[in-house]
Amino acid sequence: MTGDASSRPSWWRRVAIYLYQRPNLSLVLLLALPLLWLAVFYLGALVSLLIQSFFKLDGFTGRIVRQFGLETYQQLFTAANMDVVYRTVIMAAVVSVACAVLAFPLAYFMARYASYRVRGILYLAVLIPLWSSYLVRVYTWKIILAQEGIITWFFNVLGLKPVLDAILAIPLIGGSSLSFSFIGMFLVFVYIWLPYMILPINAALERVPKSLIEASSDLGGRPNYTFWRVILPLTVPGIIAGSIFTFSLTLGDYIIPSVIGNSSFFIGRAVFAQQGTAGNIPLAAAFTVVPMVIMGVYLVVAKRLGAFDAL
Amino acid sequence: MAAHSGRSIAVKMTDVCRHFGDVKAVDHLDLEIYDGEFFSLLGPSGSGKTTCLRLIAGFEHATSGSIELHGVEMVKWAPRRIGFVTVGQRLVSVPPYERDVNTVFQDYALFPHMSVGDNVAYGLMIQKVPKAERQRRVSEVLDLVRLPGYESRKPAQLSGGQRQRVALARALVNRPRVLLLDEPLGALDLKLRQQMQIELKAIQQQVGITFVFVTHDQEEALTMSDRLAVFNRGRIEQIGVPAEIYERPTTGFVAGFVGTTNLISGALAQRINGSDQAVSIRPEKIHMVALDAAVEPGWKAVMGSVRDVIYLGMHTRYLVELEGGGDLTVVQQNLETSSIDVHASRGNRVKLTWDTTSIRVLQGQTV
Repeated sequence: MTGDASSRPSWWRRVAIYLYQRPNLSLVLLLALPLLWLAVFYLGALVSLLIQSFFKLDGFTGRIVRQFGLETYQQLFTAANMDVVYRTVIMAAVVSVACAVLAFPLAYFMARYASYRVRGILYLAVLIPLWSSYLVRVYTWKIILAQEGIITWFFNVLGLKPVLDAILAIPLIGGSSLSFSFIGMFLVFVYIWLPYMILPINAALERVPKSLIEASSDLGGRPNYTFWRVILPLTVPGIIAGSIFTFSLTLGDYIIPSVIGNSSFFIGRAVFAQQGTAGNIPLAAAFTVVPMVIMGVYLVVAKRLGAFDAL
Repeated sequence: MAAHSGRSIAVKMTDVCRHFGDVKAVDHLDLEIYDGEFFSLLGPSGSGKTTCLRLIAGFEHATSGSIELHGVEMVKWAPRRIGFVTVGQRLVSVPPYERDVNTVFQDYALFPHMSVGDNVAYGLMIQKVPKAERQRRVSEVLDLVRLPGYESRKPAQLSGGQRQRVALARALVNRPRVLLLDEPLGALDLKLRQQMQIELKAIQQQVGITFVFVTHDQEEALTMSDRLAVFNRGRIEQIGVPAEIYERPTTGFVAGFVGTTNLISGALAQRINGSDQAVSIRPEKIHMVALDAAVEPGWKAVMGSVRDVIYLGMHTRYLVELEGGGDLTVVQQNLETSSIDVHASRGNRVKLTWDTTSIRVLQGQTV
């Protein structure tokens, strides 16, 4: 420090110097609020949920018995409730796979071939749907998929009505119209979650250095070989990240199964029904634990398979 | 060069251009690289040397011209069609995976998700070499680059020098006829770089493959190459053996880029060489002698005074202001410990002499 000893630095600079010399204190000050938020509202809520799931509803009084036990889980594992779980998990898995298949080529084009300008336009195209209300878009899809909707009309114009009818006649996934079938629900899920798959895959692809692709080609790898051996393995973390979004969002979604489809229960609707009309908070909590367990298992398996080795 | 007549040509580039819009990365390039030689492409960044290498590898496509690898044309005319209608012609290149060359990349480009062994075996896998032979060749080549037993390591666990060796092994294991090296030592520190220079040269002599080596380091190019080409602005200024490039630069650019030199033009050139054509004389060819020393026949002498002295350990660089205008840089070896007093010579009147045959007359621009 230059200057004479009598001119003391301003209080603000003294605070700055004080903090600079105590990095731990600075860290505590910086992280206290976000950590508190995380602990109370995220972890606290989760722990409370987990605890609730071990309580049970007294069927006679309609009161919650605050005693640890596995009765609620016994109730969860009944055939009717497991149907809900299976239905939701299968839908989430199929939606995730479809999103990945649709997202990859677009993300690949954006990351590797699109000019700066085109890439910007595509980013916007991917993101703009997220700016509008989710509820509005789901109801819009209900109209699009309805018996009198544009898709039915389009099949009629092309003279392909029998094809649509044949698709809707498929047992289980068909229905009276697209908006009352699992096929329709699947389409809407894919539409709604697709951006959450495109963005992480795109980010992963952009991180693959061009020189790796050149190196593979240089060593004799045809484009097909290079894709399977170099590009895909290095983008798996991005696909996993995207599928975590699409999978968990589908597992927990309540609105789409309520608006589209044949009103059969999905986990989200089951949770809503149990904690609302039935007043069975423990069972609702147990239903909520299911997606968490599934996601946990999924991540552990992905890690075991080496999906994150390239990170 | 006469010494090369009869040797087969590994790479032959004829009138090759690679233009990116207005930027002429490679402009009307002619180049012949002989089988088995260590050939360097030397030049500053943006001079087109890396583009030239990438044209040979097949990563870049020539705008025009011909590139032959061992007599096989890599750039061909193909009909340009819209639907079934031929509307003209376009140049197409043989893709990299069809060429018998391998590249060591500047950033090594090791596959991060594969072990060292899988990286090195990558090319052999594609060629469907049986597993036993594959393992044998991988371990052989890892011995060659002095990384024995490193098969199961991941690239992330290796140091920069080790990654560089793996990249070299991954290319060499395929026994390509030409190995392309894109500034492979650029990321290494000085000591490691010097060590790798020696190893790389030894490996090249051991395997006998043609090495095409891109570098911006003139010392590296001079010490390692059998021959080198000096690049400037997308063109080759001069091709020759290292001593030829250093001792007989034909252009001002080569004289200035390879080593340091005195580039002299105009009135001073007239006084020194009797013509105003630009000339070059290396600082170490100029002798600083006593004022009364005799001048040998065939030597030229001028008087001047020392304006600046830079002590460089092994030698000292003097900037001498000549009587009658102009100045020359002179390098003298520090042969005696009295050189501790070199700074005292500032301002001294000195006599500079040189053999007139060490003056090189230059063509073209003098930078």
